[in-house]
Amino acid sequence: MRVLVGVDGTDHGMHALDRTIERAQEAGDEVTVAVYTADDSSLDDVEASVRDRLETASFEAGVERITEDPGSRLIELAEDGGYDRIALPGGQRSPLGKIQLGGVLEFVLLNARTTVTLVR
Amino acid sequence: MSPEFPEEPVDGFPTPPRTITDREGREIDLTEADATDLESLVEMYLAFDPKDRAQGIPPTGEDAIREWLELLAAEDSLHVVAYHDDDAVGHVMLVADREERYELAIFVLQPYQGAHIGTELVRTGLGLAQARGIEFVWLSVERWNEAAVALYEKIGFETTGSASFEMEMALRLEQ
Repeated sequence: MRVLVGVDGTDHGMHALDRTIERAQEAGDEVTVAVYTADDSSLDDVEASVRDRLETASFEAGVERITEDPGSRLIELAEDGGYDRIALPGGQRSPLGKIQLGGVLEFVLLNARTTVTLVR
Repeated sequence: MSPEFPEEPVDGFPTPPRTITDREGREIDLTEADATDLESLVEMYLAFDPKDRAQGIPPTGEDAIREWLELLAAEDSLHVVAYHDDDAVGHVMLVADREERYELAIFVLQPYQGAHIGTELVRTGLGLAQARGIEFVWLSVERWNEAAVALYEKIGFETTGSASFEMEMALRLEQ
């Protein structure tokens, strides 16, 4: 299976990456990592952490940088690239424990034709 | 992730403890909660109908409920509980986010809904927050939950965030 995993710089983003790598190593998935920022953090930093993670896991994956509008760019990448699945972080909780999906995930869930996996 | 806050502050909220008479004529005591209210709240949340859960809270199952209620002892959190006789029937909580702005949530046990207890709980929670010098309060609500949105608007919350599934609302307290 070909998987596009979206990773922002948050702990949840890195967790989604780790889980996607674990699964890919078992199932033989081909993975592309799309990096973007959730807030004001630097895209270079996110990309560097992702490459670091990939190297530590000895896992080869393509890396795509998304500089604006992560939701629609993820869908475009997935459809143009013929991916089977988009994996995204989806475990954020508010201070008092409410599940928060976030704008990127909501946009992708509502608009993608590709199957979407939320990694918690 | 705090939203924008309205320019105009809101004032005039009551502080706990107070007793109200609900629409069914029941005497309801609203008191600030601490760790001694834990068991009453566990009972309340065990009786809570899962169909009224919002965005994953309250959790279901006693262990998860107890873990979640560790928030009672958390610093930077405020709680007001509504009691009917000795039973907890409602709970409003305010918990600080990383920017020291407070997220609010409220739960009322099903047989006590629609009796004005929720409105008074939120107002009393805001009164307590105001007394503690808190200025910014926000919440998120599923946008199809029209009853809750109307309640928050009546109290003075304004819609600020427009993510698609949840709506964010915020209120600035008079200082």
